[in-house]
Amino acid sequence: MKKEMFEPFNSSDNNFEQCVKCTICTVYCPVLEVNPDYPGPKQSGPDGERLRLKDQNFYDESLKLCLNCKRCEVACPHGVKIGDIIQLARIKYSKKKPKVRDMILANTDIVGTMASTFAPIVNPIVALKPVRLMMDGVLKIDHHRIFPEYAGMRFETWYRRYAASKQTDFKKHVSYFHGCYVNYNFPKQGKDLIKIMNAAGYGVHLLEKEKCCGVALISNGLIKQATKQARHNVEAFKKSIVDKNMPVISTSSTCIFTIRDEYPHLLGVKNDEIRNESELATRFLFRLIDSGKLKLVFKKDYRKRIAYHTPCHMEKLGWSVYSTALLKMIPGIDFVSLESRCCGIAGTYGFKKENYKTSQGVGKPLFDQIESSDIDFVATDCETCKWQIEMSTTKKVEHPISILAEALDVEATVKLWQK
Amino acid sequence: MNKNISKEYDVIIIGGGATGAGTARDCAMRGLSVLLVERHDFAAGATGRNHGLLHSGARYAVTDHESAAECIKENMILRRIANHCVEENDGLFITLPEDDISFQSQFVDACKTAGIGTEIIDPDFARHIEPSVNPNLIGAVKVPDGSVDPFRLTMSNALDARIHGAVLLTQHEVTGVVKEQNRVTGVELFNHEIKEKVKYYGKIIVNAGGIWGHHIANLAGVSINMFPAKGSLLIFGHRVNKMVLNRCRKPANADILVPGDTICLIGTTSERIPYDQIDNMFVSRKDVDVLIREGVKLSPALAATRILRAYAGVRPLVAADNDPSGRSISRGIVLLDHQERDGLSGFITITGGKLMTYRLMAEEATDLICKKLSVDKQCETAEKSLPGAEKSEHPLSIATEKVYTGANISQKSAKDRHGTLAKNISNGDNYEDSLVCECEGVSIAEVKYAVNELHVNDLIDLRRRTRVGMGTCQGELCACRAAGLLCESSEKSGKAKDDLANFLQERWKGMLPITWGEGINEIQFTSWIYEGIYGLKPDNN
Repeated sequence: MKKEMFEPFNSSDNNFEQCVKCTICTVYCPVLEVNPDYPGPKQSGPDGERLRLKDQNFYDESLKLCLNCKRCEVACPHGVKIGDIIQLARIKYSKKKPKVRDMILANTDIVGTMASTFAPIVNPIVALKPVRLMMDGVLKIDHHRIFPEYAGMRFETWYRRYAASKQTDFKKHVSYFHGCYVNYNFPKQGKDLIKIMNAAGYGVHLLEKEKCCGVALISNGLIKQATKQARHNVEAFKKSIVDKNMPVISTSSTCIFTIRDEYPHLLGVKNDEIRNESELATRFLFRLIDSGKLKLVFKKDYRKRIAYHTPCHMEKLGWSVYSTALLKMIPGIDFVSLESRCCGIAGTYGFKKENYKTSQGVGKPLFDQIESSDIDFVATDCETCKWQIEMSTTKKVEHPISILAEALDVEATVKLWQK
Repeated sequence: MNKNISKEYDVIIIGGGATGAGTARDCAMRGLSVLLVERHDFAAGATGRNHGLLHSGARYAVTDHESAAECIKENMILRRIANHCVEENDGLFITLPEDDISFQSQFVDACKTAGIGTEIIDPDFARHIEPSVNPNLIGAVKVPDGSVDPFRLTMSNALDARIHGAVLLTQHEVTGVVKEQNRVTGVELFNHEIKEKVKYYGKIIVNAGGIWGHHIANLAGVSINMFPAKGSLLIFGHRVNKMVLNRCRKPANADILVPGDTICLIGTTSERIPYDQIDNMFVSRKDVDVLIREGVKLSPALAATRILRAYAGVRPLVAADNDPSGRSISRGIVLLDHQERDGLSGFITITGGKLMTYRLMAEEATDLICKKLSVDKQCETAEKSLPGAEKSEHPLSIATEKVYTGANISQKSAKDRHGTLAKNISNGDNYEDSLVCECEGVSIAEVKYAVNELHVNDLIDLRRRTRVGMGTCQGELCACRAAGLLCESSEKSGKAKDDLANFLQERWKGMLPITWGEGINEIQFTSWIYEGIYGLKPDNN
């Protein structure tokens, strides 16, 4: 307690001083466009930081309206880490304690473990309208939201039972950070990845116990727990990358973004040793193909018209090009580009009742584009974008890896390297 | 133009610095009829060109016991009467490895003698309470230093004088002193606004012109031996430190780092300059070098912190009458009764001193004025709060106020600047609460309030009242907005373009000595906006 009293509140990274007040970030902020209560990235970020260094009472709870989409950072011509400044301010100054609701939404792995155990009961119950209305009233989780279904068998369980033993047959190996969504809700995505990687000649292994990347803990203010999990994950990554020389790939853009950038910037957890070898699956595959180390053969009869949605964290990573280039390699794909816009969900943000309107307002231009583009389905690398688009449009959403797995001619691909 | 000839004031005060405004307040509170004249604006001279340090007096404790004792007394008074102008930050006097640690005990003893509370603290603890401090320090003493906003302080005194019936005229320059034989009876003024000469008459004329008082005394036919000493300072982009940082040694160059409002300041240098150079305040590259080199010793973070501006002021040092060479110059208060000194009645000069002792200077001057006018009234300026500093009736409601609102920044900023008077500013209207100056949180309502209530003639005056243009962008986004508002509420819209150009030129002057890094990017961007988009040309100035 005593130590906390002397916590230096007025020390800051000077990065915000690079701001020349050009206000471009404010133009690119998706929240500001629909919610005038939010002061915008410039005011909440560099301008606000300066005022908060003068007096921490300048901290404004309206900073919670930030989606942490980081589109302001992408837009900034001077490299100001605007999103980080806002997130750090929330961490440092917010006096509001996370609510029960926030704990439930943030603890994706604990809740996931319980829910998937009782999936046949939980799924129909949380989908019921009266239950959703009750969650709306009691927990302030908006009743429009439908929780993603929990899988009966967790991905990890499936892997151990059916896949683990076959992975040692390969010469090359990677580790897979599946994340909570694949584990508890959508094991198919993980299975699809294993299908592709095995076809490409790679054995896929799980980390020595992965923990949730913690992105939801960070955005809900549960920093201590997030830091603990970050330290755990960095150690687990090290065992794979440093000790076994196995890169770690993931199918979730948000998990990998959190591990690569938010760990050092927001949690102060160093990740220098693992950062370069922590990859998104599509990027890993593209680079293998691009450097001539891998060739994929696709089915001749696969025909689909798809549109790619760029999740905010893919925009920040600058990596959507890898996913789209990979998709465009499939001969039967008629590819439609969508304007890069935030879908509005931002992880747990859109689940909260108070954010529902903002969330849907932010996403509307994207939904309109999707509806008018005459496609079979939408492709995207982010699971929460998937929920949002599926809830808000008539289209289904698939992960690029699942599309690739569907279109891949496994036998022909394997033949290429087995010769 | 002698329409005012019939009116004779008890007192005419020349100079709108802290001393002039303080004297006007004191005289008006004692029931005298007061006219204050100022050639430019309130706090436009040395008053506004210093550290803004609420001295505890510790800095002078070893070398100048009298000043130290005055400082601590006034320090405590200002905390009481001007709490909206003061930040009670406390200060540290740090000893670095290159300093003599034995000075510390001498320093603490001297402080004790002067009545300044000190506390020797462990270097570890010092690093804890002030994380920006040079981590190599070997000793630290905590003292009751603070920060004071000289613009607000001066304006509050002027406002209180006005409340007590004083007449305030800015943009009125003294061009002559009216004399009848051996008696000063009035002043001849040039009104810069309408370019006309006027005369006003008074029983006592007070020369509170600071360094320019030398010239005013000459106009009256008497001479004061002033020694202008230029001091340069640098303003950093944000608050690096939360406590005032000093070196625990004899006063030297660039050894005070003061956090004030949104920024912090390092200073000063000290250089004698010829009297004809007092209106030419440039900061040399050498000054900038010294300030950075020494400043980094107080707080290493300064080396990587953006510098906003450099500026300089002139200390109005006065040589004692028996020491024309100026060797033994005092920083104490100098009150000259020219009747006794030069046989010229109706004229007194109050000068020397420091911002910290402005109130005491005003009290001493007013005591003399009252004696001359045979008015028997006690000074009350040390007890009565300045407007804006009154104790809030509902401090709890302010503390628990809900802050989930977009207007938070402008409302809180206005409260910080204007104290309880901020209630006259915001009405919760979205448009009125929107920001003119985004860096400093100045709203449309605050600009309007300043223009209507606080004697604002141009953008530079507005800056002194509200901090418009004092933030990191130095007028880039706010100058045009503020110019528009100023234009709307005054009849002088024809001058608006020149005023805007003048304002930007004045901002540029302070940036010129430190144009590098982020600063130069910002300046380039500003010039794109004003020259590129608005077509403002350098010859508009």
